[in-house]
Amino acid sequence: MRYGTKDVLNGIDFDIRTGEVVALLGPNGAGKTTTIEILEGFRARSAGEVSVLGTDPEHGDERWRARLGVVLQSWRDHAKWRVRELLQHLGGYYARYGTPEIPRPWDTAELIDLVGLTAQANSRIGNLSGGQRRRLDVAIGIVGRPELLFLDEPTAGFDPKARREFHELVHRLTDREQATVLLTTHDLAEAEKLADRVLILAGGQIIADGSPDEIALRMSAQAEVRWTVDGQRFVHPTDEATAFTRKLFAQYGEAVEDLEVRRANLEDTYMALVTEYEQ
Amino acid sequence: MNRLHVARLGIARGGIELRHALTYWPDLVQALFLTVAQLVVLFLMRGHQVPGTTFSLGSLTLPSVIGMSFAFGGLLGVVGLISVDREDGTLLRAKATPDGMAAYVIGRITHIASTTLVGLVLTLLLGLLAFPGVHLTAPGAATLAWVAMLGLLATIPIGITLGSLLPNPRFIPMVLLPFGALTAISGVFYPITHLPGWMQGIGQLFPMYWLGLGMRAALLPPHLAAVEIDGSWRLPLVFLALALWAVLGLTAAPPVLRRMARRESGSRVAERRERAMLRAT
Repeated sequence: MRYGTKDVLNGIDFDIRTGEVVALLGPNGAGKTTTIEILEGFRARSAGEVSVLGTDPEHGDERWRARLGVVLQSWRDHAKWRVRELLQHLGGYYARYGTPEIPRPWDTAELIDLVGLTAQANSRIGNLSGGQRRRLDVAIGIVGRPELLFLDEPTAGFDPKARREFHELVHRLTDREQATVLLTTHDLAEAEKLADRVLILAGGQIIADGSPDEIALRMSAQAEVRWTVDGQRFVHPTDEATAFTRKLFAQYGEAVEDLEVRRANLEDTYMALVTEYEQ
Repeated sequence: MNRLHVARLGIARGGIELRHALTYWPDLVQALFLTVAQLVVLFLMRGHQVPGTTFSLGSLTLPSVIGMSFAFGGLLGVVGLISVDREDGTLLRAKATPDGMAAYVIGRITHIASTTLVGLVLTLLLGLLAFPGVHLTAPGAATLAWVAMLGLLATIPIGITLGSLLPNPRFIPMVLLPFGALTAISGVFYPITHLPGWMQGIGQLFPMYWLGLGMRAALLPPHLAAVEIDGSWRLPLVFLALALWAVLGLTAAPPVLRRMARRESGSRVAERRERAMLRAT
């Protein structure tokens, strides 16, 4: 993908399988939003091949559009509409695209319940709190029971409670609907929690692709072992955590207490990868 | 039938917007305030007479104001709505929904056309009751109906085109200022025949003059045509001028609208939001 003379995406190649939850990570300007907008069919690419649900997004028709869900970050649109009114109306657009396997749209009352807005069903959207609005955004994104759902930085600006509620909502959704989800985020704990698979994008290229565990393992086999013997705390970094721990028990036996083996988490790996890439 | 399905969704959307316009009191107060203020001014003008006649100036102006309200609603109103809908992401939502863009456009047309017609009926009823000389005959009603319909066609598509071209709502004054100037030379508050010839020429290029003229023809007694250009209501020309603007608008609007819609994306809306936020703080 080229803007003017600058290539912002170059040589990106990945597949997402049905039912996968994939997180796209990367520093600002890495091309996450550009990637997702190309896949959504909101942006034309300058070169390359893209297929989403078997169709090139640039030529996706309304039937194709009906199989996608896009969670947009609302601001103040539809402020005079009531929650139920808007979801009911938007659901109407999907009715004719339902199939026997996937009846569309979602029942409005059930959907409102799923996102936890039952008490606000008759409120004007302009009067909702920030967190309630984002849950409404999710409801709008999934009202047509999408086979593929796009979430672009869904929890930006959330407080920890709203974030956790949102994560629970995504879990409920992926458990119940087996929907395929592609999300971008800056929050590595969020990616670790939600995603089956993580793609790390830097400088317009994919620099890592795999499950959060796999990436963490591949990047650094180093782990940190912490333990206490006779009230004294020890910390030891090692490449062979299992062997080291076995030796530890062989030497001290029952005296080993408060044992912790901490693998590099996604955040450590991410920082290492991005730093390495930038050098 | 796909088209029928889209039309139904669009009309439903416009109906909901109309209901909001009629039940959301801040908007309603604003709309009524303007209409009532206009009518009060006209009512106070009713003692003054059209130069050279005994006819009330207020009664002469009332139909012109109705004509002007079409240009305001269909043009300025649409420009404002489209521009705001782009900024706040309403349009992007429509784009993310199957058949959403087509239904959005139909919805906005339904909404604007119906609110304009509600305004027309209210002003007309008050005019018939409170303004001597304003009357509605059967042929007058027929004229009123086609001028109104053609007036909507002549203004809404142009409004959609301009609204799609404006980068953001802060550019609305760029449309508003020439619009005000145009009102002054369109014979709304002052008979156009009293203006210099070149102003008359410019005024007659735009639909506002022809909307006012058509409404005067529909609602005023025939002898008042004497104060118009050529001493006539010139209805064939009213038809021709409004039809030309309708054709122009209907030709320009779809490609401009498509081009604008194609370029909408989440990052564009986010960009506008950030700029608007900066301005607000």
